[in-house]
Amino acid sequence: MLDNLTQRLSRVVKTLRGQARLTEDNIQDAMREVRLALLEADVALPVVKDFIARVKEKAVGQEVVGSLTPGQALVGVVHDELKALMGGAHIGLNLATQPPAVILMAGLQGAGKTTTTGKLGKLLHERMKKKVLAVSADVYRPAAIEQLKAVSAQAGIDFYPTTPDQKPVDIALAVIDHARRHYYDVVLFDTAGRLAIDQAMMDEIKAIHAAINPVETLFVVDAMLGQDAVNTARAFNEALPLTGVVLTKLDGDARGGAALSVRHVTGKPLKFAGVGEKLTGLEEFHPERMASRILGMGDILGLVEDARRGVDEEKARAFAEKLKTGKGFDLNDFKEQIGQMRKMGGLASMMDKLPAQFSQMAGKLQGGVEEKAIGRIEGIINSMTPLERAKPELLKASRKRRIAAGAGVTVQEVNRLLNQFEQTQKVMKQFSKGGMQKMMRGMKGMLPGMMR
Amino acid sequence: MFGFLKKSPKPEAAAQPQAEVAPPAAVEAPSSALISAPAAEPVVKRSWADRLKAGLSRTRQQIGGGLASLFGRRKIDEDLLEELETTLLMADCGVDATQHLLDELRKRWKRDKLETADQLQGALAEELLAILAPLEQPLDVSGHSPYIIMIAGVNGSGKTTSIGKLAKYFQLQGKSVLLAAGDTFRAAAREQLTTWGERNNVTVIAQEGGDAAAVIFDAINAAKARGIDVVLADTAGRLPTQLHLMEEIAKVRRVIAKAEPSGPHEVLLVLDANIGQNALAQVKAFDASIGVTGLVVTKLDGTAKGGVVAAIARQYPRPLRFIGVGEGIDDLQPFNAREFVDALFEPVAGAGSAA
Repeated sequence: MLDNLTQRLSRVVKTLRGQARLTEDNIQDAMREVRLALLEADVALPVVKDFIARVKEKAVGQEVVGSLTPGQALVGVVHDELKALMGGAHIGLNLATQPPAVILMAGLQGAGKTTTTGKLGKLLHERMKKKVLAVSADVYRPAAIEQLKAVSAQAGIDFYPTTPDQKPVDIALAVIDHARRHYYDVVLFDTAGRLAIDQAMMDEIKAIHAAINPVETLFVVDAMLGQDAVNTARAFNEALPLTGVVLTKLDGDARGGAALSVRHVTGKPLKFAGVGEKLTGLEEFHPERMASRILGMGDILGLVEDARRGVDEEKARAFAEKLKTGKGFDLNDFKEQIGQMRKMGGLASMMDKLPAQFSQMAGKLQGGVEEKAIGRIEGIINSMTPLERAKPELLKASRKRRIAAGAGVTVQEVNRLLNQFEQTQKVMKQFSKGGMQKMMRGMKGMLPGMMR
Repeated sequence: MFGFLKKSPKPEAAAQPQAEVAPPAAVEAPSSALISAPAAEPVVKRSWADRLKAGLSRTRQQIGGGLASLFGRRKIDEDLLEELETTLLMADCGVDATQHLLDELRKRWKRDKLETADQLQGALAEELLAILAPLEQPLDVSGHSPYIIMIAGVNGSGKTTSIGKLAKYFQLQGKSVLLAAGDTFRAAAREQLTTWGERNNVTVIAQEGGDAAAVIFDAINAAKARGIDVVLADTAGRLPTQLHLMEEIAKVRRVIAKAEPSGPHEVLLVLDANIGQNALAQVKAFDASIGVTGLVVTKLDGTAKGGVVAAIARQYPRPLRFIGVGEGIDDLQPFNAREFVDALFEPVAGAGSAA
């Protein structure tokens, strides 16, 4: 839906071609495109304006070096600047205090505070070996406390029971006392979602903050947040001494301009990114990847991650083993590969993640037929007996006729598949020492050939 | 029957800080939905129109009031239009809708010889109304019994909360309501719905664990057996990128059709108004997998938004059934384009609201 910035720029900067350096004049139109791209990515307008000014300053006078086009050079500047804005290296949690170290979670309704609390608890408990206590002061939404209780149990951390008739500040005082007496390292303090303009609720969280004196105050933000991110972040930042930001729901397809807005307004580091529904889905925040994402430059790293997620590790290991022992690659494995490809969301979604130039090229090659072709291949393999799949050399004319009839294709198509399979087998042999990633690369390379 | 059963204005406590959880005892409704109008009803605070206005005050500041204060007396010029562009973008209207509105205004500026910013604002209100009016298609649940409404949305958009409010809304219309706790994934989602159901005397069909489709299937059969008018089927929140979950929800829809061949009669997508341009992607993705027939936009209060509604109207129009402008249980009401636009422009005397 959204054009990638490089593409848009290349349209505008056609006139720039052949210019040796970027100047105030020749980047005027290009900057408008940058502006639109950022707005479409939901970066708040004041932030965009600031940003554009900075980029202009940096870009003017920049030499267009080597094989770069002026458009690419400009995107480079934009990307670098975004990265710089988003903060450098990952900054972890600061737990250096006299225990218990209290972490306060704050944010809008539905931002993902409770889920993030659970994820953070699991991370602290499992990776950092902390004794963690979770407590909820959300006395408003029905069953919010039960939710944290269930999440805590899943995360394997302790939960301090509260009831909806308690006052949040009383809860705060009680839990600190409890944590001190039971020697907890960390207390995760979940709060009710609140709007930044709800004065009563903002006063409440200020009172909570004063009562528990947290070492970390994390602002939990939905990556999909729109223009209002800047107002919300400002209000929370003014009400509370935030120490960091957690960006949630980053596994969605929002471009996540909110990250930039929040970072710009609060100046606080983005400490974690929440991805997925599982409690393991809390990652360190990568400014670089976020920069690419906001610009719509394709998320190759995300693709790699999808591959990792979609691939059944057990099976992959067994498969690698198979290759190593030299037993070879048979049609069963071939089918397996297709299945795994499906799990990653099929070709179409993989294409989406590729930078626009590539996906366009790929799109031109195949149009929309590739999914169908894969379905046919699967059908043909499914029509074979297990023995035939393991030993394709068994397939002679009559077996092929039977398979073709079973799969509803012609014998020629069966032959074509077998030919391609043979070629693949050869490729696989070359990979015999490679791991899964090499494999995937191999898969991608050979698919276009299969679909003629 | 009782005056306040009529749609509006509804005398309910509006500005309770935690109204969703603490409806006044008086609001307790027997599931037969015969509301006893209690003498102890808290003092009528504000009408829906007032609440709408209050809820949209931030958006209004952005679009309406902001404009007036900026250049109430000024002449129209390119600078003014640029500021207007800024204003619209800041309200999450998105690039496309903003461009469209500006183009239209430019045309009218020349054609109708507009002179003052006030007139421009009037024109803007008209254009906005023109964009939004097609979305105004109230939900009519009288055609089927039970009328099955499936509710979907991304995580944290306010599905479960909206279901609570919708149930109340239908009860007040004299309909019997049954809730299906189809969010079998999130911790305590079921409890959230059952707690709510207990407080408000609404039957909730839930299962220990289990499959969302199965729960909803059961609920529909239960509703048929009990002669319920409206079934509200909750589902777990999901991001459109989680393909397996999108497939799961498509299955839920298919299963509903199995339990009731004419259903689901309405597939509502709940959108958080705080969400930016991704809202469009959400409408698209959910529409592709479950065929969205209506939208609910929540959390319109306290945000600079509302603009996203215009973006949706321009790029992926779907009937906007309800909007939510507050935490109160009846702060979720049918969308009315004129009311909405008026609420944005009202405080400005003259041209704005007259549009």
